[in-house]
Amino acid sequence: MMKSIGLRAAIVSVVILGVLLLVWYGATLPKETAQGGNVSAEYAALMGGAAAKSKSGLPTPMDVANTFWDKLSKPFYDNGPNDKGIGIQLAYSLARVMIGFLFAALVAVPLGFLVGMSPVMHRALNPFIQVLKPISPLAWMPLALYTIKDSSISAVFVIFICSLWPMLINTAHGVAAVKREWLNVARTLEVNPLRKALQVILPAAAPTILTGMRISMGIAWLVIVAAEMLVGGTGIGYFVWNEWNNLSLTNVIFAILMIGLVGMALDLIFGWLSKLVAYQE
Amino acid sequence: MVEQKFLTVEALSKVFPAIRGGKPLAVFEDIHFAIAKGEFVCIIGHSGCGKSTILNVLAGLDSASSGVVIMDGREVAGPSLDRGVIFQGHALMPWLSVEKNIAFAVKSRWPDWGRDKIRTHVQKYIDMVGLTGAEHKKPSELSGGMKQRVGIARAFAIEPKMLLMDEPFGALDALTRGVIQDELLKIWSATGQTVFMITHDVDEAMLLSDKIMLMSNGPHARIAEIVENTLPRPRDRHNIHKDAQYYRIRNHLVDFLVTRSKQIASGEAEAEYDPKHPPVVRPGLADDASEASNKPPVRPMMHAV
Repeated sequence: MMKSIGLRAAIVSVVILGVLLLVWYGATLPKETAQGGNVSAEYAALMGGAAAKSKSGLPTPMDVANTFWDKLSKPFYDNGPNDKGIGIQLAYSLARVMIGFLFAALVAVPLGFLVGMSPVMHRALNPFIQVLKPISPLAWMPLALYTIKDSSISAVFVIFICSLWPMLINTAHGVAAVKREWLNVARTLEVNPLRKALQVILPAAAPTILTGMRISMGIAWLVIVAAEMLVGGTGIGYFVWNEWNNLSLTNVIFAILMIGLVGMALDLIFGWLSKLVAYQE
Repeated sequence: MVEQKFLTVEALSKVFPAIRGGKPLAVFEDIHFAIAKGEFVCIIGHSGCGKSTILNVLAGLDSASSGVVIMDGREVAGPSLDRGVIFQGHALMPWLSVEKNIAFAVKSRWPDWGRDKIRTHVQKYIDMVGLTGAEHKKPSELSGGMKQRVGIARAFAIEPKMLLMDEPFGALDALTRGVIQDELLKIWSATGQTVFMITHDVDEAMLLSDKIMLMSNGPHARIAEIVENTLPRPRDRHNIHKDAQYYRIRNHLVDFLVTRSKQIASGEAEAEYDPKHPPVVRPGLADDASEASNKPPVRPMMHAV
């Protein structure tokens, strides 16, 4: 009988996952015979035994699974600057993203209201937005480091600047697109400007604003990894770079997957928030 | 000679500025009319004659190029809670429930009212339009007719001095429209609201109104004639056509819309036309033979006896 789409999709997903794991497993199978000729003893020692295990030097699915188990069973340990639990690293990254994002929202939403409501401000600010928007957020990093003189705050600033534009543009767009008839209702009811902004324009534009926030959050999570690779010290981006320097590809793969999972969780949260403010006409 | 009316419109015109090389376009000009308190006035005319613009000027949502609107002794300048508007597209806020949509208006009208007082007031108008039980539904869960009822309830709930309706039933199917017209008639009889309504529907105008203003085609549209609807009240949609006056009035209106509105627009105006006092006619009272004798226009701005 026909099964629900959800169930069928889940089955296909599991099959795809299985195939991927199988390919990975096959590609990293150890080849004992060719071993001696391929890898010098010195290199094998450098790779911490990884090279000796698989032909390509890549960790096997089992290695990564072990790492997952290892790292996730004690996520919050702290053995000094270069050895912290994954939970702590992610918390640093998330905190930077949250602070930068929050400040961006505090600037972008009111500014977006202004741009969306006033055609003059829209024309006046548009050139600035168009020039600043396409700048890679990391390009601000040297300037931020020089002026702020604190690497951690500089990373927050980079998050701020990259979260700003999608929220600003979407807020302006949402506010400008509020239906004329709702504004006319507010006008005939002599609603004061503040109440009009909060009770008519804000809820009307909320779905568009939330979409902007969702895009901003996605970009912020992309950028934080790169930013932390640059500034170092703490965070998931630093962790990835540090593990690369340790030549622990297992940990790198583990970190990549964690970045993906956290990014997905953030997107789900914003998806859920979008549903809260959505309305159907 | 000028009887004090509740609403007076004097020398209203709307001119759109010239588009490159063209001449400025007057949609309507030199519009004069008056509405008495408690009167139900319909305005009929072809698209483009500017009737929606007139309504928006009365609402304060649009401004005229010249002329004044005086309501209750004060000039209309900008929107006001004194004039409730029922929009064609219901204009409900889709993120608010039925109850909250109406409460939003009530709170605007009486900002210092408490929660309970607002609630009972809102409920009264929800019951009035027959939406009891749908208080917590969102507009998207309602049919077109129910949405328009919420619009009506919202407009009545602020107890304005005057109601303005812009083709309120235009988007509804014929059956629903009939039912809501009946309800509007009932509510209007009970509240004695002054109403100015745009419609395209001759039967709707005849069922509801005291006076029907006929507009000639635009540009340069004007009020060609004011038809006094002498059909006796209370009126009933099912029996109204049995009245002897019904077809006399209806024929007069349809004749105007089909042929005369165009003739007037093309300049074949009656010589004695005076924009300040458009002719007032009572086709319902004239018997077929003596319709011509009704021609010398009755002095406008006077109540039908």
